Amino acid sequence: MPDTPFDSKQRPVWCPGCGDYGIMAALKQAFMSLDLKPHQVVIVSGIGCGSKLPDYVHAYGYMSIHGRPLAVATGVKLANPELTVVAVDGDGDAYGIGGNHLIHTARRNMDITHIVQNNQVYALTKGQFSPTTDTGARTSTSPFGVIEAPIMPLALALAAGAAFVARGVAFDPKGTAGLMTEAIRHPGYALLDVLQPCVSFNKINTYEWYRQRVYKVSDDQRANSHDSGDFYAAMKLAREWGDRIPLGVIYRRTREPYHSALPGLARGPLPARPLDDIGADGFERLLDEYV
Amino acid sequence: MHTPHTSQASHALPNSHTPASHVPEPDDSMSFECGACPPVRRFDVSMSIGGDAGQGVESAGSIACRALVRAGHFAFGMADYRSRIRGGTNFYQVRASDAPVLCHGDPVHVIATLTRDAALTQLGNLARGGALVCDESISPEDNLRPDIRVLTVPIIKIAENAGGKASMNMAALGAAMGLIGFSIDTLCSAIEQRFARKAESVVHSNVQAAREAHEYVSGRLAAGFPFRLGPVAPPSPSPPSSPSPGRILLSGNEAFCLGAAAGGCRFIAAYPMTPATTILEWMAAHAGDLGIVAVHAEDEIAAACMAVGASLTGARAMTSTSGGGLCLMTEVCGMAGMTEVPLVVVDVQRGGPSTGLPTRTEQSDLLLAFHPSHGDFPHIVIAPGTVQQCFEAGYRAFNLADQYQCPVIVLLDSHVGGSLVTLGRSCLNWNAVARDRGEYLGGHITEADADAETADGAYLRYAITESGISPRAGFGHPGGVHAPSTDEHEEDAHITEESGVRVEMMRKRMRKMETALANDLRGPTTYGDASANVTLLVWGSTLPAACEAAAILSADGIRAKVLHYTDLWPISDKGAPLTLRAMPKPQALMDDSTGPDGSGVLVAVEQNYSGQMSLIHRMVTGRAPDFAVLKYDGRQISPREIADGVREGLHRSRKEGVPDA
Ligand SMILES: Cc1ncc(C[n+]2csc(CCOP(=O)(O)OP(=O)(O)O)c2C)c(N)n1
Ligand SMILES: [Mg+2]
Repeated sequence: MPDTPFDSKQRPVWCPGCGDYGIMAALKQAFMSLDLKPHQVVIVSGIGCGSKLPDYVHAYGYMSIHGRPLAVATGVKLANPELTVVAVDGDGDAYGIGGNHLIHTARRNMDITHIVQNNQVYALTKGQFSPTTDTGARTSTSPFGVIEAPIMPLALALAAGAAFVARGVAFDPKGTAGLMTEAIRHPGYALLDVLQPCVSFNKINTYEWYRQRVYKVSDDQRANSHDSGDFYAAMKLAREWGDRIPLGVIYRRTREPYHSALPGLARGPLPARPLDDIGADGFERLLDEYV
Repeated sequence: MHTPHTSQASHALPNSHTPASHVPEPDDSMSFECGACPPVRRFDVSMSIGGDAGQGVESAGSIACRALVRAGHFAFGMADYRSRIRGGTNFYQVRASDAPVLCHGDPVHVIATLTRDAALTQLGNLARGGALVCDESISPEDNLRPDIRVLTVPIIKIAENAGGKASMNMAALGAAMGLIGFSIDTLCSAIEQRFARKAESVVHSNVQAAREAHEYVSGRLAAGFPFRLGPVAPPSPSPPSSPSPGRILLSGNEAFCLGAAAGGCRFIAAYPMTPATTILEWMAAHAGDLGIVAVHAEDEIAAACMAVGASLTGARAMTSTSGGGLCLMTEVCGMAGMTEVPLVVVDVQRGGPSTGLPTRTEQSDLLLAFHPSHGDFPHIVIAPGTVQQCFEAGYRAFNLADQYQCPVIVLLDSHVGGSLVTLGRSCLNWNAVARDRGEYLGGHITEADADAETADGAYLRYAITESGISPRAGFGHPGGVHAPSTDEHEEDAHITEESGVRVEMMRKRMRKMETALANDLRGPTTYGDASANVTLLVWGSTLPAACEAAAILSADGIRAKVLHYTDLWPISDKGAPLTLRAMPKPQALMDDSTGPDGSGVLVAVEQNYSGQMSLIHRMVTGRAPDFAVLKYDGRQISPREIADGVREGLHRSRKEGVPDA
């Protein structure tokens, strides 16, 4: 790992071989390539193994509660849009308990980069199935095999109106760092689902399992390349799961981010304004409504 | 609980026919708040307008209030409506006097009704000699109380002549206002103002309906009616020294919003829930002119989380909700407590549990607010008692949240939040607004360069201090980079499970509450004669009614005072008056003496089933109230109901002895 201004003194407690190391390395790399400084970045996480990430990165961060990082990140961004806001959470956080927030953050087009550490399992609680666990998988809460169908996170985000949807994989830090950089640059909600092998609690979706299936789609406008501006082509790729799993930018289009239309931000970031800037005259005008 | 006794003497004084020239100038520098002694009133008239939901009962009532205030009266307006837009019986009650009125009148003197159902529901509330105003087609019950004066007015015909049945509410209003002797011209201008944005034909038919009904009633029909408004001086332009002359009419929710905005609230995220919705709507309406970010969130969990996120950057942020929403916010309250983020949560209470009585009032969220999440964490609960106190709570909540870096829950309720009260404009005084950010280091610092950036671990977000308060950097501050965690953490915010650190951190967080108690939190306020031996223990919105009840009781030979809490948690008995410090229990519940030891009768008055404040009072002081007057039917308790409840309780305990606490 290169020495970066984003290095923290805290040592990760992740298992040796955990995919979260690769995701963290990629994220720092992305910040570096965007020339960001630690005080300009806010990483909000949920609760889970991967959600410990802000503790291991020297930047503003907030380890919130299970499933809620997008909502906290929304508040940060709307109060001070000058900050670069990244939400990092697990598949349990993002697609399970906090699924409602994903739908609405995408629909609103909040300018938040949402990185999901998708290990297809509840790791911190030691191996229960998650919303992305494949049907049939035996886990401690599905001893006879999961009978539910897994969620398709990219398709879900697309249906909710997300204007940037991508997938990466933890064991390709360079490729993933590139996707993170693009996702951060994208103005608006960007979902980056990162496949993350869990060496301790997911014995099915291993490094080997992913290696055999993933392939990169390119949207470089060349012949035969994926047209990431085509919603239906994107939806088709987003639903591809099984023998072949696409990586890369699946969908992207321009859409005005939520905060740019907010009248309340016309006078600049909220924390930069003096508390009394309504002024005595402005206050008297308010009272006039009650005469 | 208390069936109204119609036999009881009315508190309204008949018109004294004082010539207008003798009317004293209104003195708007006087306190509009509950005082030691209730104001002397020359008249005090209450009326109720009732009809089906959708018939415009609420707009008729609020127009009446506005018109009364313009004419120099003090008005109080209270909606009593159902959780539907059409169908079901709604009322709006208006009380008018020449002196400040902070709660509703009981009984009412005039009932103006648009439906037979509305008439029947309200008749029990009508004062002896009061009037029922209704359409010719409505025949109230046959065995009507003989003292009731029935005024049949062709309400439907008048409305239809004026343009349509939609104006029936204005016809009923015009008739009622005529009966109590209110000028038609002031009423019409209030109607015009209310419908200013509507088509001219709408304005015309409403004004026309009111005018015709007013005329119909004013002469012979109104003659001799005892409950009439007396003369008042027109509203004066107040002393020139006053920054804002005149009077205003507003609700507790509005006053809270004004206080919050004046105090620098810049962010609200909320999810609609009656009766709190008007707070989000107010902020959304003013988002542009005041520069407020108002987010209608996907649910209450998101709303509270968004407020936390905004607060992390240093913005003053809040969320508003009612009980069901506060339930959803509980995990976030613990999160803000653990990570020491200022968070203002306003709970405008309604009847619980669960969906309960959505549009009605109750004070039954206190115990939820008292411990709004698992684990031990610092937080503050305050509950303003009047609309004016709502204004102060608006900025004070943010000061407390900033000073103690914790959640502050403000408990309003449907009654104080939604009822209209007349205040001197100067009661909402910009210059009196305090803005104290506590140990906040700033957040958004544009000119600072990266050199100011500190290495990991250099800034101690959770520095152990004597006060328990650690200097707080807003996200974006170059010298304050850190990442709070809801896990237990070190001084530099990094996660730990080390036992020594855990203990120190728990103590540090909880120490803030001792600091708050020592410096900023208030003990209860006594209203009335401090030596009175019956003490009414109240909190929140029952304050005005309790003060009037104390006056009723005292006039009756039962010397009573009111002990009102606005600051509900944390509380301690340190430095508190004797009444709070384990007030000695009397040998017998006598209402005419205070024991040499300061003992006296302690009566809790609350709008909930279990006496939630009594439980806390007992827990903190060891002194349980001797009995309680509790109401939980969703309707605000009236002065008379409190007085009756106290009398009954004293009577009962004299017979049965002192109840075992
Ligand atoms: C409200 C709540 N419910 C349950 C938990 C327990 N819990 C902690 S992490 C977790 C699931 C973690 O799975 P995921 O989000 O996929 O993260 P991972 O550990 O796999 O990185 C659960 C159920 C909790 N902390 N809070
Ligand atoms: Mg997981």
